[in-house]
This record gives sequence, structure tokens and C-alpha cells, in this order.
Amino acid sequence: MPFWDGQSRGDVLQSIWIMIARRLGLGLVTLFVVSLLIFAAVEMLPGDIAEEILGQSATPETVAAFRRELGLDLPSYQRYLAWLGGILQGDFGTSLANGRPISDLIAGRLSNTLFLALYAAAISVPLAISLGILVSLYRNSLFDRAVNLITLSSISFPEFFVAYILIVLLSQSGYFPSLATLSPGATFAETLYRTFLPALTLTLVVTAHMMRMTRAAIINLLASPYIEMARLKGLSPGRIIVKHALPNAFAPIINVIALNLAYLITGVVVVEVVFVYPGLGQLMVDSVAKRDIPVVQAAALIFACAYVLLNLTADVLSTLSNPRLIHTR
Amino acid sequence: MKTKHLKLSNSRISRRSVLQGATALGGAAALSTFGAGTLRAAPKKGGTLRLAMGHGNTSDSYDPATWDNAYVQVFATARHGYLTEITAEGSLVGEVATSWEASPDAKIWTLQLRDGLTFHSGKTVTADDVIASLNYHRGDDSKSAAKPIVEPIQDMRADGPSTVVVTLANGNSDFPFILSDYHLAIMPSADGKIDPASSDGCGGYVVQSYEPGVQATLARNPNYWKSDRAHFDNVQILAILDAAARLNALVTGEVDVIDRVDVNTAHLLQRSPGVKLMTTTGTQHYTFAMDTRVEPFNDNNVRQALKYAIDRQELVDKVLNGFGEIGNDHPIGRSNRFFAADLEQHAYDPDKAKHYLKQAGLSSLDVSLSAADAAFTGAVDAGVLYSERAKAAGININVVQEPNDGYWSNVWMKKPWSAVYWGGRPTEDWMFSTAYASGAPWNDSFWENERFNKLLLEARSELDEEKRREMYYDMQSLVSNEGGVVIPMFASYVMAHSDAIATPDKVGANWTLDGFRAVERWWFA
Repeated sequence: MPFWDGQSRGDVLQSIWIMIARRLGLGLVTLFVVSLLIFAAVEMLPGDIAEEILGQSATPETVAAFRRELGLDLPSYQRYLAWLGGILQGDFGTSLANGRPISDLIAGRLSNTLFLALYAAAISVPLAISLGILVSLYRNSLFDRAVNLITLSSISFPEFFVAYILIVLLSQSGYFPSLATLSPGATFAETLYRTFLPALTLTLVVTAHMMRMTRAAIINLLASPYIEMARLKGLSPGRIIVKHALPNAFAPIINVIALNLAYLITGVVVVEVVFVYPGLGQLMVDSVAKRDIPVVQAAALIFACAYVLLNLTADVLSTLSNPRLIHTR
Repeated sequence: MKTKHLKLSNSRISRRSVLQGATALGGAAALSTFGAGTLRAAPKKGGTLRLAMGHGNTSDSYDPATWDNAYVQVFATARHGYLTEITAEGSLVGEVATSWEASPDAKIWTLQLRDGLTFHSGKTVTADDVIASLNYHRGDDSKSAAKPIVEPIQDMRADGPSTVVVTLANGNSDFPFILSDYHLAIMPSADGKIDPASSDGCGGYVVQSYEPGVQATLARNPNYWKSDRAHFDNVQILAILDAAARLNALVTGEVDVIDRVDVNTAHLLQRSPGVKLMTTTGTQHYTFAMDTRVEPFNDNNVRQALKYAIDRQELVDKVLNGFGEIGNDHPIGRSNRFFAADLEQHAYDPDKAKHYLKQAGLSSLDVSLSAADAAFTGAVDAGVLYSERAKAAGININVVQEPNDGYWSNVWMKKPWSAVYWGGRPTEDWMFSTAYASGAPWNDSFWENERFNKLLLEARSELDEEKRREMYYDMQSLVSNEGGVVIPMFASYVMAHSDAIATPDKVGANWTLDGFRAVERWWFA
């Protein structure tokens, strides 16, 4: 890691710790605001859980009894404060719809979601970065154009369409299963096999963004004087890009990777539905539909946490890769 | 029978059960008369059934008060026993109850429970469990969707461990049918209360695991009392909400049975090898309910005009893709016991519609119809087709597309004219008292017809089959010609299964998947 302008390593680390502390503090404020907004938004939706669950079968008496049982007849600020009190003690509460502890409900789903996100990231991040390096090396060639065309096409189609195409190509011919539902006790290899199609779909959806950013960041640097110097020294183009340009291009690339990882955690409900994969997204959508506020809140907090933490990680990593960023105002 | 004492039983043939059986055969399908004892191989035991359903939600639960979709209904029927069961032919047989006996006014019912029946946990099924299970849906604190149907129960008491005596507020000769409702599962009780969070039941399958909205796994109950049912060793019920994913799972052999086949792609499925399409048409119907208290729907001439301005066959062909039958503006299906087959069929007739408009003193009519796909799949399209055809009669129907979210709480029975879905009910009385009787909570046309209400009460406690038939014919005619609901079509349940699955000759049409009972009625060939 290069260190500039006479700062010692300790100074940099100290300012990074200060940044982490400050950002975590702000993150807590963000989470509080998010919970308030989500609560208000779900409250504003027409109907509540009693009406949604009873649906066509609702009568005024049964709806009233339902609300009494769940404490929904209390004013909304009281319910919010009660929920907040629980959260501060680490208690997510229980689902209004089926009385299960939300921590249990979420734990399994969260690990599924994280697994799929990591699986997709493990394929897409190396793929995107190597493609990005290759296309900047052979920029404006036929190869560059072809890679751009393919990745941009796959990002431009809606996810479910990409998923259906993969099902037709890879599932109906018998290579991979289209149902990703995990049976308990499946081995790791089996799990990777079952979830390959959703991971591939997500890979196709996120690769273009990261690849394009890698390409742009590297090409941007190729005009700088130090690269010109390296070129005058007679270094090979590959060595220039990998050794000299890439380390300085990390900051924007890391940020884009973090954004895409956050997306992989929070935005994959469509893929979950098509491949019948029990992740957090489906849980959140179901809970919003049934107005199961505590579950929605818990899922929203997890999503917000994912964004806060990933952005923070991205900033820390980019600062480490380029300590000048500490002084940007 | 001189005391007019009504006796119904599985083992004993009474006048009424003979009539019931006979009419069900005549009404439902002549098929079953050929079915008995034909070449079909006897059911085989074994295998794991993988059933994929188009419903299922993470907020589903074991609580019988909240069972609101086909997933939980099929799952509940697999693990629970009910007092009575509706057979594929539409007649009633005992399940937890072996026989039932009514007082002459059909007000007091004495139910005999099956001896030696046990829950999965090993506890014996007693009269107290039955009473607690029914009581769970009654009373002021009941949040149950089934509350209105058990409302007529005034009192219940156990007469020994295997006899329950139920007193109704008014006589109801169809009461045993009500006990087959999917909410009224018999669950084990302690201190007079059931535990709604428990999966324990006395049905054919024992729950092994359940993740709401994802999957449930069950294993055959080794102590199940029915020897000719529950053929699969294990059952896995999956929730696959996406229609294309569900279809694909069947075609690629990942599941054996799916429900809710998309009618737009059903013809493609028929071409796939190794897969069979299955449709049943029973009581499920789609309606447009008018608020008969407000203008212009308070005038029966307007209602009649609207009934003649709809092209029913076109709706069946285009909205249901042919998977259904036309309706005649009353909710009684062809498979019902007292279906009035000779009632004049309302047909598309703009001239007649104009005539009725004129009778109402109108030359043209402007009305708004609220619809959303939450009402039924294709409701908005159906409204638009209706609107196009009605123009010829001088009727302008403005189709208002409402949000799916909150449709049942904010649109249905709130807007003057709205699209509605009904799963239907196995008996005429049940259907009429649910949605057409004066003061019924789901009387979505707010219809008040004195003669109809009188007939409904009389027919309910009438024990003479022929007299009842006449009364129900009259009621169908009244609803059809004076009621506030346009009922253009009865929709089929469309399912598909692999060739490996065998089913009985006659498959129940009262609900999807063989009356929710595919799990215990079907087997691997």
C-alpha cells in the first residue's frame, strides 16, 4: 500500500478508527430513522393484519377480536415505543401472523440470503474484475465490444426473464434443478449445485456494473503522467494495468462492489420467487402484504444494516488503498 | 320412521342417506356409476408425494382461525380429522363422527364419535376435544373466519366420552355438512381449550417439519383408522407461487402434482409427455355483486338489464380459456344436490336488456364496476369484456381497476358494484345463508327478499327431500331473476400431475385437489 505526504501508518489507522466510530454512530441514527419511516409507511397502508388475514371472510366482530388479541387496538405510537423498547433489549418480538419468534424466523432466512449473495459474489466479483482488466487492456477491440454487449444485455433484461432463459437452457435439459429449496441436511456440494441457477442469474445481473466501473476507473488512470512514465520505461501493457493502474483504481471499484453486494442481499426477491429459494426478500414481501409490522421492521433493519456496514467497509478499504481520501472534504 | 326421527349413518342405510347418495350421483356426475369396480388397479402404498401449490405464505400458521389459502387448507386436511367428510361424489360420510341423529325439528343433533381414535400424540379423541375444537371458533373473543358458520350453535355438551349433543338456535337439516368445513379440525384439548399453535391432529399424516411459505414434510400416520386411504409413505408440500416455476417443476420431474395451472399455458402442458392435466368444476364461481340498497341497483329492472347484457360464453372462453361453465346468476353449481337444471338460462340479449332498461324508465345507463385481480384472476379483463358487450344495450360500464391490496376490506361490499370470488359451499342452504340471506355478514348484494328468506328458513328444517328440492328450485329462480348478483361463470380448478400418480375415478370438485384431500386419496400407480 502506498503512503503519501509523510503520514505514518499509525496516523492513518487512527483516523480510520475515528471514521469507523463516527460512521457507526451515524449508522445507528440511520437505523432509527429507517425503523420510524417503515413503521409509518406500513401504518399508512390501507388495512391491517386482521383484515388482510381474514380477507373475504372478515366480519367486524372477528376483526375486532383479532386486533384485541394482537394489541392492535392500542394507538400506533404506543406500539412503536413497545417495539423500540424490545429492540433495545435485543428482542425482535414475535410475528403477528403466526406468533413465531422473529429471531428464529429471520435467522434461517438471513443465512440463506447471505449464502446466495456470497455465492453470487464469489462468482461475479472475480469475473467482473478480470473482465474489466481484460477489456481495458484490449479497449475498443472486438473483444471489448463483445463483452460490453453481453454484460449490458444481461443487466438490461429483467431478472425473471434472465432466470426463465436459464431455466429453459440449463434446467429443462436436465443439467441443473430449477427448485433451489434446500432440504435439511443437504451437503455443501449439493447446496452449491441446487442454488447454482439463482447464483448464476444474480451473477449475470450484477457483473456488468462492476466490470464497467473497473474498466472506466482503469482507463481514466491510463492518461495520468505516471502511467505515461511507466510506458516510457517500456513496461508491457498488462504489467502497467495490473501493477500500476489497478491499485489506484481500487477506491471506485470497491465502492461499486459494495453497492452490488448490498443489492445481492436486499434486492433479490424476484430471483427468490422464480427459483423458490426461501430468502429474506420473500419474507419481507409476504410480511408487508399481511401488514406483519414487527417482521417488516426486523427485515428492514437488517437490510439497512447491510447497506450501512457494506458502505462503511467500502470506505475503510478505499481509504486504506488510498489514504489521501482521509483529507477529502 | 313414524316419529319422523332422522337417522343418518355410515353403516346403516336410511331413507335419507339413500336419497342423498342417489341425488349426488345424478347431480354430480354419472361417471361414478361406471367407475365402481372397473379395471382400474387397486391403490398401492408407498412413495413420497411432492406436491407444489400456488399458495402459501410466510405468515401462514397452524391456527385454524386463520386458514385462508389453499396451501394451509390442503396441509390442514392432511394432518387433521374432521367430524364429517364430503366424498368425491358430493355426499357426506362420517370421519371423526360415525353417525349423527337429529331431533324432529333438526335442532338438536347427537353425534357418535369413532371408538379408539387417537391423535398423533397418542391421546384418545374424546367428546371434550370435539367440543373444544368447535368452541375455539365461537364466542366473543373468536377471531375465526369460521365464526359465522358456527354461530347457530347454541350449546354443546358431552354425553359420555364419545357422544356430543349439539343444540342449534334454529333447525338445520344440513348441519352435518357444516361440520366438514376445513376450519373445524378436531384438535386435542386441555382444560376445554385447544392449542392453536399445535400441529397435532387425528388425520392421515403426521407433520415432520414445517416452514411457513416454503415447505411442509409429513409421514403417514401408522395408526390411521382408514385402511383405504393415505397411500403415500411421505408427503412434501411445497409453496411455489410463480406459475411458470411451478409448471417447470412438474415438467422437469421435480414435483409430482401442481395446482393452479395458468389457464393461458394449460394447452402447452397437454403437449408435454408424462404429464396429465386435470380439471374439476364444482362450486367455485366468479360474480359481480351489486349493492341493491342504492341507485340504480335498487331497481330489479336495472339488475335484469345488466344480467342480459353480459356474454357469458365469451367470458368462459376468453377469461377462463374454456376452463369453466357459464353461470345462471345463482350460486348453485351443477354438482349441487338441488341444482335447478330446468331454470331458464340467462343469455346475452341486448334487446331484452334494453327492454328492462325501458321498464326502469331509462334509455341508457352509466355504472361503475370495481374490479381487481385480487377478486379473481382476470376480473379486470372480464369487466372490460362485459363493458364492451353491454354497450349494445345502451349500458356504459366504467371498469374501475382497484388495488389488489386491501381489496376485500376496502372495495368489496364498500363500492356499489364489485367483482367477487366465491369458493362455493357444498350445500344450497350453506351457500344461500352465507351470501344471500338477510343480515348475513357476507350478503354482498345487501339483498333483502322476504319470500327468499322465508323459504330459506323453511327449507333448512324441512326433512322431506322432495319439498326441499322444490323450495331450493324456487330460491334459485328468485336469486337468478331478482337477486343483486351477476354470476356469469363457474371456474374450474385446473391441476396437473405426472403419469406416475393415480387418482380415483371420481375426483372431488368441491375444492381444488380432490376437495383438498389429494394427499390421502391419491397414490403412485
